[in-house]
Amino acid sequence: MRALIGSRDAILVAVLAAAVLTMPFWLAPIGAGYPDLLQRFAIYGIFAIGFNILFGLTGYLSFGHAAFLGVGSYATMWSFKLLTMNALPAILLSAVLAGVAAAVIGFFSLKRAGIYFSILTLAFAQMSYNLAYSVLTPITNGETGLRVIRGDPHILDRAVGWQEGDSLPNPDFFGLNLSGWAGFYFCAVVLIVAFVIALRITRSPLGLTLRAIKSNQTRMGYVGFHTRPYTLAAFVISGMYAGLAGSLLVVTDPLVGAERMQWTASGEVVLMTILGGVGTLTGPLIGAAVIKYFENVFSSFNEQTLQQAFSFLPEPLATATARILGLFVGSGWELTLGVVFMLVVIFQPQGIVHGAGRIGRAVRPSSAGPNGPVERQPAE
Amino acid sequence: MLDAIVLQILNGLDKGSAYALIALGLTLVFGTLGLVNFAHGALFMLGAFCAVAFQNLLTLSTKVKDPSVTFFDAYKDEPYLKTWFGDAGQTIIDYSAPLSLILTIPVMLAIGLVMERSLVRFFYRRSHAEQILVTFGLAIVLQEIVKAVFGANPIPVPAPPAFAGTADIGTWIGLGSGIVYPWWRLIYFGFSIAVIAGVFSFLRFTTYGMVVRAGMRDRETVGLLGIDIDRRFAVVFGLAAVVAGSAGAIYAPIVSPDYHLGMEFLVLSFVVVVVGGMGSLAGAVLAGFLLGILQSFASMNEVKEIIPGIDQVILYLAAVVVLLVRPRGLLGRAGLMES
Amino acid sequence: MANVLLRVANVGKHFGGLRALNAIDLDIEEGKTRAIIGPNGSGKSTLLNVCVGRLRPDSGMVTFDGRTITGKPPYQINQLGIARVFQTPEIFPALSVLENVLIPAFAKRDGSFRIRAWEAVVGETELRDRAVGTIEDIGLHDRIADEAGSLSRGDKRRLELAMSLVQQPRLLLLDEPTAGMSRLDTNRTIDLLKKIKERGMTKVIIEHDMHVVFSLADRVTVLAQGRIIADGTPDEVRGDPKVQEAYLGGARL
Repeated sequence: MRALIGSRDAILVAVLAAAVLTMPFWLAPIGAGYPDLLQRFAIYGIFAIGFNILFGLTGYLSFGHAAFLGVGSYATMWSFKLLTMNALPAILLSAVLAGVAAAVIGFFSLKRAGIYFSILTLAFAQMSYNLAYSVLTPITNGETGLRVIRGDPHILDRAVGWQEGDSLPNPDFFGLNLSGWAGFYFCAVVLIVAFVIALRITRSPLGLTLRAIKSNQTRMGYVGFHTRPYTLAAFVISGMYAGLAGSLLVVTDPLVGAERMQWTASGEVVLMTILGGVGTLTGPLIGAAVIKYFENVFSSFNEQTLQQAFSFLPEPLATATARILGLFVGSGWELTLGVVFMLVVIFQPQGIVHGAGRIGRAVRPSSAGPNGPVERQPAE
Repeated sequence: MLDAIVLQILNGLDKGSAYALIALGLTLVFGTLGLVNFAHGALFMLGAFCAVAFQNLLTLSTKVKDPSVTFFDAYKDEPYLKTWFGDAGQTIIDYSAPLSLILTIPVMLAIGLVMERSLVRFFYRRSHAEQILVTFGLAIVLQEIVKAVFGANPIPVPAPPAFAGTADIGTWIGLGSGIVYPWWRLIYFGFSIAVIAGVFSFLRFTTYGMVVRAGMRDRETVGLLGIDIDRRFAVVFGLAAVVAGSAGAIYAPIVSPDYHLGMEFLVLSFVVVVVGGMGSLAGAVLAGFLLGILQSFASMNEVKEIIPGIDQVILYLAAVVVLLVRPRGLLGRAGLMES
Repeated sequence: MANVLLRVANVGKHFGGLRALNAIDLDIEEGKTRAIIGPNGSGKSTLLNVCVGRLRPDSGMVTFDGRTITGKPPYQINQLGIARVFQTPEIFPALSVLENVLIPAFAKRDGSFRIRAWEAVVGETELRDRAVGTIEDIGLHDRIADEAGSLSRGDKRRLELAMSLVQQPRLLLLDEPTAGMSRLDTNRTIDLLKKIKERGMTKVIIEHDMHVVFSLADRVTVLAQGRIIADGTPDEVRGDPKVQEAYLGGARL
């Protein structure tokens, strides 16, 4: 008899769903209560949750997932332009195509382990970027990127009677226009569904197998497991999540360019996962939200605003402080990201969720059930 | 036809030299220290910017009255060196690219030593994944600092005028006067050969080098023999930094340095190391040159007509092919890092 | 006439200049326990490695129940019914003791690859019961929820035994199962292995401890410098002068 999702997990999902759907309210006080930013929380949360299925469970570090993000984005854009502005076929198509891309890239990359694997994924991602930028320009339009334009076929839409109007069509969900708050709630629902799927996978025999692979891959062979298909499965699943995230980026903001496939996105998702807590369920989501929030905050500052902020200091000190801190804000966000990256790896490789868990455990000792605690300690 | 082939080989040699030098440093660090250094490309970039900084230093200028403008007082910038030393000063400025090694070598050595002592050495025992991540972060930080200091645009560093032109290679090798090749790129190739020879000699013929080579084979035993391997590691890392940095400095006249340089070369350098065989210095060098030439051939118009865009992906394809056919790379040791 | 389950035919293996195994011929009958003994460096572990797929012999071959297993990857060999307990315990340190035993159970039931991504592990009651039963047999029930990495070496070895037993293998290969154990633990292990023997499992044990050998083995094979120098019942081997010589004057026996 198939056991249903445990009651503890059901509570987790319920709490998470409630938290996500009410984000506009409880995040407003810290200035995060608007659709654009919250969408990004959800979208990168999806990306990170999927990435965690690969990195967190199996320990395989991929530096190339930006490629799948890009595939998802391009697929959705073409779905909009060719078929319909309805978001549902777009996101499904994107997830599938990204999965195919991941199957191909994963097939080759997984022939090696460890750093060789990481380098291979990075190489494939760079190759994809180069292809998108300058070779496959009929599909990607290279540097300029793609938008929905007048004269796009919209085959399915036209078939049900849609006519070209004065303004360009917006992505919709069976008639519901997905701009603004509707867009956010669409992403939020997708996030919750994606989370439940990830939860099921983690609790499943597949999840256990993946964790065992991380713990001792050679031993797996000797107990009868052929590990390669499993790691490929994890790679493909995480690729599909990335594709889904890429798709939602286009649903909420219908344009896409080659830079979406740059390696920086791959690095960012690694940071989000680590910051939040590798191998945990909610960690990647929290990590994604934190990074995107601070990106937003830091990018909106510049030297002038800093100068004003520090105007309570004597003149030369204020200018100097603004000058130094100015390196880290505005366009200097990348620098801050790099520093945070290093700090996180150096000091807290277990992430926010584990840190909170440690505090929690210190306050209230818990006993590990036969299934193990809800959040798992990674092997390293 | 032979002309074209020779030209493409030559074309591939300068990029190949850069790949070889960067891959050499990468393999040195990985083979001896067991460390995967994603900041290695950044070291190449820093070297290139040492050349830029040196050039800026030499061309520190003061305002001098411009005699060529007569109907109002106009001022132009004149480098101090020119004011003080006249033509000799100008010559020095012209040769700022090669002369930058005076600055580059000690600076890169210092950077390498500091990097090793303050950050890298804590990661020797940590997993490769963490090494990659922390050096990746470092690469971003270095890149952004350079961007903040020098701006986002490429900064040209011209080659010395004597070497700015092209050499008539065709006549040298008896193939007629059709083949010309920029002097500086030839010099770069020669420079890289010299550096490679220097590193190999150091490893081969000095006791220090012998210990390093032993450490590459079996780090633990060397440590157990009472040799202070830590300090030697720092020097090895510094050496790798110097190699990468000077490779970058001398490359500056070929491609104007910009802050992206590091990452561009990093991925390809790892591809080179993978093809050459991780842990094999000779393999890294060989693979570097071969892949440079391969990329050059792939950029030929004739080739691009058959398979458009092949030059963008050829190196990655080469890596995939090598990994499928000969996983250990060209000269790598068998069994290293196979899945 | 008992069925020959494992046949080692003319197996040779060398590492560089060292001849680790030389023309080894061995027949293991189903249901019997074979002990392989010999001084250090005689090739015992190498032989086991060849049988389990970790090493490929340079010559000869190994057949299991009539099928050639030399050259097959380890997971296929395991799926055919061969399990091995390693000399240095190889477990899954990051997983709990229960999970460590569940994994091999899954492999046995589902084969080398089967995606089961929707059902929950907690729902697999049948497998869990089997795993818990095996853990109880082995005496680790009190540590069942603990992280395997925190176990003592002896406990890790017992866990490994559980991991092999839960698969109910047709052939169990044990590489010095009692090495480093106390007398009490050794006796407990002997009792357990005797119980398994009663259930009909075929076993090959590499051992140094003669007490274990004489308690369990139906036949003993003696290896020295990569060759078989004696083969027979424990008593026959005990009295064999060649064997005594190999062990430096017979002091051990």
